[in-house]
Amino acid sequence: MTSDASNLLDEALGLGGGRAFVGRVVLVEDCVETSGAFVLHHLMKRFLSPESRGTLLLVALAHPFSHYDRILRKMGCNLSGQRDSNKLHFLDMLRMDFPGQIDGKTIELGFSGLFSKIQTAIEVAAMTGNNNGGITIMIDDISMLEIAAHGCLDEILDFLHYCITLTSEHGCSLVILNHGDVYSSEEATSLLSHLEYLADIVVKTEPLATGLAADVHGQLTVLNHGSFEGQGHSMSKYRNFQFKVKENCAEFFYPGSRKT
Amino acid sequence: MAGDGAGVRSATARASSFSRSPAVASPKPEIPGVKHGPNGAAFVSSGIPDLDRILGGGFQLGTVVMVMEDPEAPHHLLLLRNFMAQGLVHRQPLLFASPSKEPRAFLGTLPSPVSASKDERPRSTLVPDLDAQDHEKELRIAWQYKKYFGEQQNSELHNKDCRQEFCNDFDLRKPLERQLLNAQHIDCISLLDSPKLGVLQDHCSTFLSKLPRNDGNIGYAGRVAIQSLCAPQCGHFEMEWDMVSFIRSLRAMVRSSNAVAVITCPTSVLPHSFSKRWQHLADTLLSVRAIPDEDKDMAKLLTGYHDMIGLLHVHKVAQINSQVPVILDATTFSLKLQRRRSLVLERLNQAPVDGSTGSPYGTPGTSGSLKCSSIDF
Repeated sequence: MTSDASNLLDEALGLGGGRAFVGRVVLVEDCVETSGAFVLHHLMKRFLSPESRGTLLLVALAHPFSHYDRILRKMGCNLSGQRDSNKLHFLDMLRMDFPGQIDGKTIELGFSGLFSKIQTAIEVAAMTGNNNGGITIMIDDISMLEIAAHGCLDEILDFLHYCITLTSEHGCSLVILNHGDVYSSEEATSLLSHLEYLADIVVKTEPLATGLAADVHGQLTVLNHGSFEGQGHSMSKYRNFQFKVKENCAEFFYPGSRKT
Repeated sequence: MAGDGAGVRSATARASSFSRSPAVASPKPEIPGVKHGPNGAAFVSSGIPDLDRILGGGFQLGTVVMVMEDPEAPHHLLLLRNFMAQGLVHRQPLLFASPSKEPRAFLGTLPSPVSASKDERPRSTLVPDLDAQDHEKELRIAWQYKKYFGEQQNSELHNKDCRQEFCNDFDLRKPLERQLLNAQHIDCISLLDSPKLGVLQDHCSTFLSKLPRNDGNIGYAGRVAIQSLCAPQCGHFEMEWDMVSFIRSLRAMVRSSNAVAVITCPTSVLPHSFSKRWQHLADTLLSVRAIPDEDKDMAKLLTGYHDMIGLLHVHKVAQINSQVPVILDATTFSLKLQRRRSLVLERLNQAPVDGSTGSPYGTPGTSGSLKCSSIDF
């Protein structure tokens, strides 16, 4: 029953039927009231599941490894084991900092360092042949990168473009978490609008308009710009449903159809 | 970080991923002022018993707590004082930064715990296990056998006296004893001396490096209190990015140490986008608000309006090692002074309205005083 319910998100993402997304860019947008981290955890579990045979590269800027390990363990996925078997590459960027004076140069160096780490990890994964199910780069979360770069938008966009070139080169997909409400006031150059433009799929988590509830933790909006393979024409798909986060999974359901 | 990961790996080598890890199952060593909770959490008290209960145990070690200030009233200082005083009572190391010239002077305003001997009964709702244990023991040992256990009992009583409570009630009118304030482990710095935040960051990193977190074994717990970060008088204009990157690095340092950082911040002086960034960086997010003295409409609407000194709003509760958000029964609480000395938090009570006006009579969910929230344990 839970697998059926989870499929609502997978279906909206185009992941149904054991398919993996190759070369897609997924943006998860959340806000202070409703964290979108559970979507990342859901995808992590999905990509690391035995069926998907993929490799996950987690660029962790927000939490230490133990945090993810404990959460995924409760969901039935052993991150330490996955890391040992090279299915998970964990880049701990929690303390990522650009030493000394902050100017364009050091930031650029910092980003190129990070990118070369990502690139090596991907090449290793491609060499070992672990990428039957594709390689996924997950960035949790990119606003931390922005803070580390002191808001230098150009550097971040360059970095993102490099990452996106990997999607075409190695068939990687990219999953990025960002905070939507940070950009709600008018800001001339907003990272979010760039990200939304680059993304094939945008997943938004919002609180319910009626306030906090114990049974429904919020609502998800999934906008899928992706073209359907084979049919040749692109078509946007818009889905809206609600969710409840549990320790071992997240339940997804259409408004009003929650089974108790 | 690498050490942490290796520790996790060795733990999984011992047990499969589904079994409970031995560190959790074995009884944890008792450290004064630290309480263990689910998901490997360890809590220290906020110094306000009601706030501890609302947050499900207190402030979690390894998290950053942010208090958004009311621009017109110093209510955030109430929270900060109790937090610092509780730490000093437990003899935990303290780092205090404030925008005043003499930050050490603020220590003189810290409240003193209500002494149990004078008080009829300490509000020990948060240490029921201790009372319950003693009570159970008394039940188990019939009174005629008591004499055999006399010595043991005495020593236990003595131990109990030494053992501190997790959370004290503080008397806001009485200053904390001088000897606690002159301890070695208190570090005070003025934000005025740190125009580039570098000095503050260095102090934080040296302070936190003394409190490393090793697997499951918690030694001392430390407290970092930063008052009014980014207050206008510090001259931190045009430094929003430095500010958020300081908080980010503080957050990263706190994650790997046995400490809690409480930052109060006048968010109204920040641009909206940065205020949101701060809120995202905070693990636990609270805000305080003063209430106007002569608001007749509010006075009619809420019972006990005249005793309230302000409102506390809980925006976000730390969720470390868990993806489930904490949903509280109520998120707004009234700050009150009980018998003019100790701080209590109560849920807002709507005053009963007579039927003729058509207003609801006792809306469900707001009746009764502060109920235990679902995450209480």
